[in-house]
Amino acid sequence: MADTAKPADTNRPALALHVPEPKYRPGDTADFSHIDIGTAGAQARPDESVHPSQIPDLAYGLVRVLGDDNQAHGAWNPRLSPDTLRQMLGHMALVRAFDERMFRGQRQGKTSFYMKCTGEEATSIAPAMALASDDMVFPSYRQQGILIARGYPLLEMINQIYSNRADKLKGRQLPIMYSSREHSFFSISGNLATQCPQAVGWAMASAIKGDSRIAATWVGEGSTAEGDFHAACTFAAVYNAPVILNVVNNQWAISSFSGFAGGERTTFAARGLGYGIAALRVDGNDALACYAAAEWAANRARGNHGPTLIEYFTYRAEGHSTSDDPSGYRSAQEREEWPLGDPINRLKNHLIAIGEWDEERQAAMDLECAGRIKATTKEAEKNGILGHGLHHPFHTMFEDVYEDLPWHLEEQAEQAIRERITKFGTERPFG
Amino acid sequence: MSDEPATLGENVIAQGPERRINMIEAINEALDIMLTRDPDVVIMGEDVGYFGGVFRATAGLQAKHGKNRVFDTPISECGIIGAAVGMGAYGLRPVPEIQFADYIYPGLDQLISEAARLRYRSAGDYIAPLTVRSPFGGGIFGGQTHSQSPEALFTHVAGLKTVIPATPYDAKGLLIAAIEDNDPVIFFEPKRIYNGPFTGFYDKPVEPWKRHPDSVVPEGYYRIPLGKARHVREGDALTVLAYGTMVHVAQAVCEAKGVDADILDLRTLVPLDIKSIEASVEKTGRVLIVHEATRTSGFGAELSALVTERCFYHLEAPVERVTGFDTPYPHSLEWAYFPGPVRIGEAIDKLLSE
Ligand SMILES: Cc1ncc(C[n+]2csc(CCOP(=O)(O)OP(=O)(O)O)c2C)c(N)n1
Ligand SMILES: [Mg+2]
Repeated sequence: MADTAKPADTNRPALALHVPEPKYRPGDTADFSHIDIGTAGAQARPDESVHPSQIPDLAYGLVRVLGDDNQAHGAWNPRLSPDTLRQMLGHMALVRAFDERMFRGQRQGKTSFYMKCTGEEATSIAPAMALASDDMVFPSYRQQGILIARGYPLLEMINQIYSNRADKLKGRQLPIMYSSREHSFFSISGNLATQCPQAVGWAMASAIKGDSRIAATWVGEGSTAEGDFHAACTFAAVYNAPVILNVVNNQWAISSFSGFAGGERTTFAARGLGYGIAALRVDGNDALACYAAAEWAANRARGNHGPTLIEYFTYRAEGHSTSDDPSGYRSAQEREEWPLGDPINRLKNHLIAIGEWDEERQAAMDLECAGRIKATTKEAEKNGILGHGLHHPFHTMFEDVYEDLPWHLEEQAEQAIRERITKFGTERPFG
Repeated sequence: MSDEPATLGENVIAQGPERRINMIEAINEALDIMLTRDPDVVIMGEDVGYFGGVFRATAGLQAKHGKNRVFDTPISECGIIGAAVGMGAYGLRPVPEIQFADYIYPGLDQLISEAARLRYRSAGDYIAPLTVRSPFGGGIFGGQTHSQSPEALFTHVAGLKTVIPATPYDAKGLLIAAIEDNDPVIFFEPKRIYNGPFTGFYDKPVEPWKRHPDSVVPEGYYRIPLGKARHVREGDALTVLAYGTMVHVAQAVCEAKGVDADILDLRTLVPLDIKSIEASVEKTGRVLIVHEATRTSGFGAELSALVTERCFYHLEAPVERVTGFDTPYPHSLEWAYFPGPVRIGEAIDKLLSE
């Protein structure tokens, strides 16, 4: 078929395809000095009712509050009380310790899969704290921080991860694909970006009903390439929906760097401007900036001023999931070189700098987190781990496909139980 | 194609030094060969470039053939397939990868409304010679979004061909034929058997491919024509119609039960090798259809209808279908869902008792 190619026309230059390439690959020395991180406190904070076209700088710059001196700076400082800051730090430390433990559990064969959010804790915990607890969230798979911030029991999380007989999702979902209506936390989908238009729809419903609750969604920068994300932006803009579209730009989507989602050309926040959506680009490793941005966007939505797109500029410090080894595609040095540091350290150092925390208390807190997680893990294991027989009864596999069980599922359920008896001589060999 | 082997087995082993590879390696080799032979072949998909794909199917191909031929894409299945249609219109022969079959749905409009009908609606002015590769099927505790078998959605679409290999030898030959085919082909790779022919006995260790005769794969170019089934085993007691992972599961169950089954690995669902099916059913009079996909409107329903329409007077028992249940693929109860040895054994007993 090559003969369909036109012979080179001497008057026209030969075209060339651009295929993005990340700056560093395994073995390379990472150097992020080309990234302009601006200065903490330098950004103006406009009124929440501002027209999106008035604030282009906020879509290209970086909203930062915590400076190198560990102090909070500028108009975006959310001026949180020390108690709130300590609570935020506690949530972040708990999530990190939880991730460590669950990751290890997967390696020990207790479950099939796990995903950490290491380095990105602030991007879920701070916004969750800035929202009202009954604002509806439509997360991706990396926002376990929201559940922690909303007080969802660790035990339920582990039961879900183990897919055991106490798992509220009845062992149906892959680990970490949580759901909790009680915590205004939407059921997580494995299909990327589907949650974005759903969040907009929820927000539209809230507006239709004259409710006061708003919606927020989280999506990875890689997933913003999906059509669903763009449908969400269009709907959000058209209906001026009370919604926050959070884009977590952790630089990587499995092995593909942000350039494969358009990151070489513009910022992810700037996508919002094209739709007429207010857009903020935020230091995602600065919990105070994350909080402030989410608070601004929530105020804007609640005041009927419309949607906001927030890009959290952060770094995925670990692998994509238990199924991947990032040393195969990126420089192991990137994590250390990341110019915006570690979100937990930065918040801790801030609290210490303002005289509200110290290393002893930090150590005690870490110990407390680890102990709590260990005890809860033990508790969850009493309900079983994946693949060891302690799961929900077979009939549950057929429930909830529809509201009522149609005849063919009833027959299939009988068959499943019959097969069980054929194989084990009893329906419940493990009690 | 003179170098097309008609059947597998002895004649292939005779072709060169014996070399055993797994299914991923066979797929990788087919892609490599086609990139080398045909400058119009391009490979694209999420993580297929530098990294070589989440299942390693494209490992080393970008380094060897360059970024113009093998490249990563944005995470947009609609974009991947739509761009492949456009590249096909130019005259390229794209081989897009969809990371998991479960994630193909955002690309369905481009596949169903565009790729599948392009030849028809333009009266042959344009074609869509793409081969969409995608891992499918369960058995890896992948939950509902890494386990699906959506083949029937595609066999239902006029204009698409659907191919599913069950061995390394077939994976290579069929993929080459699919890439050379001028129609859009959905090439589903049963991920459960990438590394070994899983027999459904999940509580026993999986044999690696190297102990299986069909892991012997010639090094060079060869193709297996689309639309031809593979006779896995000759027998008289009953006909088994299966594809992908379920070929191995059904075969193992027949062996365990000592049933003299005539087993057909369909390999291509559309176009279907109806002649081989008819010949087998006329011989045995009993038919067992096995697939992992959900039952209702599954491809087994089509097979059952065809057998009933065309071989009714040869049938000695109603056609039996063994399938996944009509639920999403569950996580913890994966093995209760999977149409494994017990379910297949029960159907065989029923068929033989009629
Ligand atoms: C529709 C769809 N396509 C592909 C995938 C496979 N997949 C899972 S996660 C992922 C990368 C997502 O990256 P990003 O959006 O940046 O989120 P991150 O993992 O960095 O949080 C891909 C390609 C999927 N789950 N769904
Ligand atoms: Mg990402």
